[in-house]
Amino acid sequence: MKILVVDDERDIQMLFEQRFRRELRQGAVELAFAFSGEEALTYLSNHHHEAVLILSDINMPGMSGLELLHHIKERYENPPPVVMMITAYGDAENFNKAMELGADDFLTKPLDFNILKEKLKLN
Amino acid sequence: MQLSAVLLIIIIAQIRKQLIRSKQLPDLQELLKKSIVVVAVLFVLTNVGPIEEIVRLVIDALLILSIYIVYNREELKPYRNIMYAYIPFIILSILKHITTMLPESWEDAVETYVDAASAFAIIWMVAMLIIANKQNKALRTETQKREEEEKMKQLAEEKKAELEVLVAERTKELLLQKEELQLAVEHLKATQDQLIHAEKMASLGELTAGIAHEIQNPLNFVNNFSEVNQELAEEMKEDLEKMQLSEADKTHLISLVNNIRQNQDKINFHGKRADSIVKGMLQHSRKGTGQKEPVDLNEMVDEYVRLSYHGLRAKDKNFNATIDVHLDPAITKVPLLPQDIGRALLNILNNAFYAVNEKKNSGIPDYSPTIRVNTRLVDKGKKWVYVTVRDNGNGIPDAVKDKIFQPFFTTKPTGKGTGLGLSLSYDIITQGHGGELKMLSKEGEFTEFVIKLPV
Repeated sequence: MKILVVDDERDIQMLFEQRFRRELRQGAVELAFAFSGEEALTYLSNHHHEAVLILSDINMPGMSGLELLHHIKERYENPPPVVMMITAYGDAENFNKAMELGADDFLTKPLDFNILKEKLKLN
Repeated sequence: MQLSAVLLIIIIAQIRKQLIRSKQLPDLQELLKKSIVVVAVLFVLTNVGPIEEIVRLVIDALLILSIYIVYNREELKPYRNIMYAYIPFIILSILKHITTMLPESWEDAVETYVDAASAFAIIWMVAMLIIANKQNKALRTETQKREEEEKMKQLAEEKKAELEVLVAERTKELLLQKEELQLAVEHLKATQDQLIHAEKMASLGELTAGIAHEIQNPLNFVNNFSEVNQELAEEMKEDLEKMQLSEADKTHLISLVNNIRQNQDKINFHGKRADSIVKGMLQHSRKGTGQKEPVDLNEMVDEYVRLSYHGLRAKDKNFNATIDVHLDPAITKVPLLPQDIGRALLNILNNAFYAVNEKKNSGIPDYSPTIRVNTRLVDKGKKWVYVTVRDNGNGIPDAVKDKIFQPFFTTKPTGKGTGLGLSLSYDIITQGHGGELKMLSKEGEFTEFVIKLPV
């Protein structure tokens, strides 16, 4: 399964790689990273239909996670990739907007990797 | 000799006129009126032969009496100058009268003198009357002037009195207005203080949420990386166990890994602690989320009182308190965010129970911890519900009364409270619900929180 992680914090790459080290070793998961919304769109157009799951933060400089979600849901119809949004704790406003834009699931910060793995049925 | 009678009538009439003019001696006025009639009768009688002499004597006597009266009574002083004109004539006429009673030879001798004197007396009388008339006229105009002045003065005085009444009224009005204005100023000052306080609390809340937001991401990394490190250390330990190493090296390495693992535990523990504080701080930014729904406030208060009490009982089995709950049945459903108000209620109730527990643990003899909770519906044009929570704990010192609603202010020992509970409750009640949260306290005696919510 290929997961595209979108976050403006670069350290997210190290964290994900370490957290998914077993799954990466086993080849169960492939990770790709984009550090902005724009970068994520470029990646998606270059690697058509490769990413099955997109994990995106909402608050990012430039294109926000919500705009990215909007673009993805508009552009990729068949089959649309699963988009999980990462929302800040207690940020009901963005949660509702993401829901309207068609986000498939939500994760709240701080990321609980056990929950994420459960959702990905990797445990 | 009817002339003396005529003169007497004139004098009497003039005296009377004088008295009428000066409004004096009304008795004498009346008497003079009657005496005019009497003199008129006497005048007629002078023509009656047999008593003529006696009548004349009476008239003479009356003339002298009139002179006497005029010069004797102070009230008739203005008339004296006229009288002055008559005196020589009167004396002469009396003298003449006397001479008629003298022997014939004497009479002739005196007559020439008397005639000369008569002419003089008449001239004198005319001259004096003219002078007196002038004087009296001047006097009258003077008196009139004085009277007018007096009238003006009186009028002025009346006006003055009227003005004084007006001034007094105005002064009273102004004083009243001044008092009203002073009250208004005080009211404004209080409102301003409240506004400043509310503004301050709001900006503190925003600041708190802002800081929390900024800290959240780095803190998440700290927690996440420390968790990975825990896992990595665990794996490393497992791998080390499998390795072919000398026992001493293995023990050494494993104890190092254990240390790393323990340190990571500590980092994670404190990171989580910081995270719960940050979450509390972030509550400040949760504005207007969710819809208000009608809630049975009485039921809610009752439920949270029990929740709070049992929460503390769970931590401290020895804890006991009298709980006195009075719920106003007039309160039905109140529109509110149940979770938020529940949180605020719980914060306030927990503080109350904490306060009485602290006081009890300080070992005051005969102390009975008591919490009083009541709800009240108040209709002040707009309907409000009041929820009052009162404890008989140690109270809040005056020095910190202004700070209790500020974020991070706490009197609890480190680790027991973040100082966010009341500040959050304040935000929920004031900003979230348009209500008010007030605190009354007397050190060593009680603390009372009053939640005021619009219905």
